[in-house]
Amino acid sequence: MELQPGVWLTAVQTKKFKSSVLGAQFLAPLTAQSAAVNALTPMVLRRGTAKHPDLESLSAALDELYGGSLEPMVRKKGETQCVGFVGSFLDDAYTLNKEQVLEPAAALLSELIGAPYTRDGAFCPDYTRQEKANLIDRIKAQVNDKRQYAQIRVVAEMCAGEPFGVDKLGSMEAVEAITPQTLWEGYQTLLNQARVELYYCGSADPERVQAAFHPLLTVLPAGKRAGLVRPAKKKAPKTPRRVEEALDVTQGKLAMGFRTNCDAWDEHYPALMLVNAIYGGTTTSKLFMNVREKLSLCYYASSGLMNDKDVMLVSSGVEFDKVGQAEGEILSQLYKCQAGDFSDDELEWARRSVVSTLRTTLDTQSRMEDYWLSQSAAGLTEGPDDMAARVEAVTRAQVVEAAQDLTLDTVYFLKGRE
Amino acid sequence: MVSKQYPRLGETVFHEILENGLHIYVDRRRDFQKSYAFFATNYGGMDMRFFQDGRWKDTPAGVAHFLEHKMFDTKDGNALQDLAANGASPNAFTSSAITGYYFESTEKFFDNLKILLSFVSVPYFTQESVDKEQGIIGQEIRMVEDDPENQVFYALMECLYDHHPIRVPIAGTQESISHITAGTLYSCHKAFYNPANMVLTVAGDVDPEQVCAIAKEILPKDSLGQMERDYGGEEAPNTAASEKELTMEVSTPIFMLGFKCDPAGRGEEWMRRELAGELACEALLGNSTPLYAKLYSQGLINKNFSYGFEMYPGCAMMVAGGESRDPQKVRDAVLAEGERLAREGIDAGLFQRLKKGVYGAKVRGLNSFEYTCISMAQSHFTGVDYFKFPEIFDAIDQACVEDCIRSWVTAQRCGLAVVRPGEGEA
Repeated sequence: MELQPGVWLTAVQTKKFKSSVLGAQFLAPLTAQSAAVNALTPMVLRRGTAKHPDLESLSAALDELYGGSLEPMVRKKGETQCVGFVGSFLDDAYTLNKEQVLEPAAALLSELIGAPYTRDGAFCPDYTRQEKANLIDRIKAQVNDKRQYAQIRVVAEMCAGEPFGVDKLGSMEAVEAITPQTLWEGYQTLLNQARVELYYCGSADPERVQAAFHPLLTVLPAGKRAGLVRPAKKKAPKTPRRVEEALDVTQGKLAMGFRTNCDAWDEHYPALMLVNAIYGGTTTSKLFMNVREKLSLCYYASSGLMNDKDVMLVSSGVEFDKVGQAEGEILSQLYKCQAGDFSDDELEWARRSVVSTLRTTLDTQSRMEDYWLSQSAAGLTEGPDDMAARVEAVTRAQVVEAAQDLTLDTVYFLKGRE
Repeated sequence: MVSKQYPRLGETVFHEILENGLHIYVDRRRDFQKSYAFFATNYGGMDMRFFQDGRWKDTPAGVAHFLEHKMFDTKDGNALQDLAANGASPNAFTSSAITGYYFESTEKFFDNLKILLSFVSVPYFTQESVDKEQGIIGQEIRMVEDDPENQVFYALMECLYDHHPIRVPIAGTQESISHITAGTLYSCHKAFYNPANMVLTVAGDVDPEQVCAIAKEILPKDSLGQMERDYGGEEAPNTAASEKELTMEVSTPIFMLGFKCDPAGRGEEWMRRELAGELACEALLGNSTPLYAKLYSQGLINKNFSYGFEMYPGCAMMVAGGESRDPQKVRDAVLAEGERLAREGIDAGLFQRLKKGVYGAKVRGLNSFEYTCISMAQSHFTGVDYFKFPEIFDAIDQACVEDCIRSWVTAQRCGLAVVRPGEGEA
C-alpha cells in the first residue's frame, strides 16, 4: 500500500503472536560512495533523539513500552541497501490495563528517524565517532570469520563493477572518512529521496496501523522518491576467474560464484530454489552427502542463492592440499544435477525442505519481516504460501533446465601463509 | 481432556492425566505450521541419592547426563537419525533438575511423537556401548573443565553451598563416570523414567486427543510414582565461603557474584518467589538502574555483564557475572547498592517500568514454542500451572521486592568466584 509517493506500508494482521513488529527501512541503490554513510546512519540515530538524548533515556522509554526493542538494521537485498529499524513490542492484546503500545512505539520510531539528537546542525560528534568505531569493528569481524570473509571476497571479485560487489557495511576507508557533517548530508538524502518501506505485523487492523504511522509520515518530506531497480544479469566469462589470497589460516576456504541466469523476478525461480536445495542447500544435498560425508574432502560444503540477484555461491572449508580435488568434486556434483542424475527421493527431500522453510516463515515474525522486505525491494507481492505452492508444482524437467543455466564465474581460494 | 482458557495470554491448554500418572499438556496454537513436543523427566544432575526398593541408593555424579546420551540408542539404531529422516530437528539437554528430550517438525508430527515417546521410555544399553560413551563423555567433561565460564560457576556454587548437590557438575567428573555401568543406567531409568515422574508438553496446531491416544499406546501402563530424593538436608542461610579464586588462561579476569536466597516451597509460592527474585535482580542490576550506569561508566563491567535469578529444589540464588578488571570492587558496589535500596527503597518510577519490562518479556517469551513447552514442564514439576504467571505477577508489589533485597543482598549471603589470568591449574 502506497501511503504517499515512494512511502509504502506492508501490514500483516495476525493474532498468532504475543509481539507486534514494527519496521521502517530506507531503500537506497547500493553504491560504493554511499554504502558506509547509509550503514552508519541508523546506528547513530539509535544513540539519541532530541527528547531522549542518550541510551539511558531511550532504554527507559522502551521499558515503559513493556521492554520493547528498536534495533538498527543494515541489509542488502539484490542491489538495494536497506537501512532503518526493526522493533518488537508486546502486542496490545496482552498489556496490563489494556494500554496501547502500537501508537507510542510508532511515535518513538518516528522520533528516532525524524528528530535525532544534533549538535550545530549535524549529528553529535561523540556519537558519530563511537559508532564509526563500532562499525569498523563489525567490518573487521567479517575478516575474523573466514567463512563469511571468503564469501564476501568472491562476490566482490565476481561482481566488481556491478553494484552487487559492494558490501552492505561499506569499506573501512569509507567509514573512516565520515564526519558528522557528511553523515548528516547522507541522512538528508535518505530522508528526501530514498524509497521508504514501513512494516507492521500484529493484531491491529490496517487502518489503525496507518494512523499509528502518521507521525512518521509527517517527518518524511513529500516529493519524488527513487524507484526500484532490477539488477542486470550477467554471463560468466569463458574461462572462470581465479583469485587466491593468503592469510593466517589453518584451514583453506574455497568460495565459488556461479551465474544463474535467473533471479527472483523470473517465473522459474522456484525451480532454481530446488536446484540449490538438491545441490548444496540442505543436509540431504549432494555436496553435503558426497563431498563432505562420503569423500570427507571438506569440513563443510554448501550452496546458497543470493537475495534478488543472479548469483549462487558454494562455500567450503578444505585442507590446502585438497583444494583441487574438492573443486573438481564440487563441479562434478553440479554436472550430475545438470544431467538429471538425482533420485526422486533427492528431489522430494529438497522440495520438502524448501516448502517447509517457506511455510515456517509465517511462524516467526522476524523471518516474515525479512521475507517481506526482500519482496518489497524487488517490487514483488507473492507471499510465502503462494511461493511454496509454486515450488510444489515444479517438475523434474524444470529443475534440470534451471540447473543447466548455472555457469561457474569466479573461484576464490583463501590459503595459509607460506 | 480438560481444556482451560487463559484470556490474558490468549492461550488454550488441554490437560490430561493418564492412568499411569503421566501429565500431558497441549498448548494449541492455531495457524502455526510447526509443532514442538517436549518429553521430560523430573531427574537431573543433582538427583544422586534416592529411595528405591526399600532403601536409600547413592549413585555417581553424572548419571542423568549419561542416560541422556545413551537414550537415543535403540535396538534398531539411533532415534536421532529416525527423527531427522522425517524432517524433524530433535535434541535433548540435562540440567541440575530435569532431563528433557524434544523435537520440532512441520510434517509427520504424530510419527515423530511416537518415535520420541518410544526411545525415551524403552532403554537399550549394552556394557560395550556404555564403555564407548565413557570415552565420549570424558572428552566432553575435559572440554567443560577448560571452559572458564563453567569453572567460575561451580566455584561460586562451592562458595554459596555447603553440601547441596547443585555444587556437583551435571556431567560428573572423569572419575565419577568411570563407576557408571549398564546396570546403573537401567536402575536409574527405572526409577526416574517412569510416567508419573515425567511430563509431556506440546505446542502447535495439533489435535490434543491424538497426542493422548499416542501416549497411551506407546508408554508403559504402570508406574512407580514420584521418587523421594535426598539433597543432604536444609542449607544454612549464610554462605559456606565468601570468596574463591582460580587461575586459567583468560585475557581478563572473569567473575561470578552470587547471593544465597531462601528456597521456596512448591506451588504458587515457588512461582511468586521466582518472579520476585527476577524483579529484585532487575531493580539491583538491570540496564536502566543507577548501579549499572555507574559500574559501566567506571569501566568495571562491560557489555558481557549478565545476571539472573535461579531456583532449584532446596536452593535459590541471584547471580551476576562477566569480565572485570576488579571483581571485588564490583561486589562492594553491589553490596553498597543493596544497602541503599534496603534503606531508601526502589525508585517508584523505575519499579513500575521494570515491572512492565519483565512482564512484557514473559509474555513475549511465549512466541517461542521451546520456551513455552520447557516452562510448562518445569512448572508442572514444581507444582504450579505456568500460565498463572500474570495473576501471580500482578500481586508482587514494591515492598515485596525490597524485602527480597533487604534479606538477601548482604555480606553474609554473598559469594564471589573469580578466574584470574595465569597458568592453568591442573
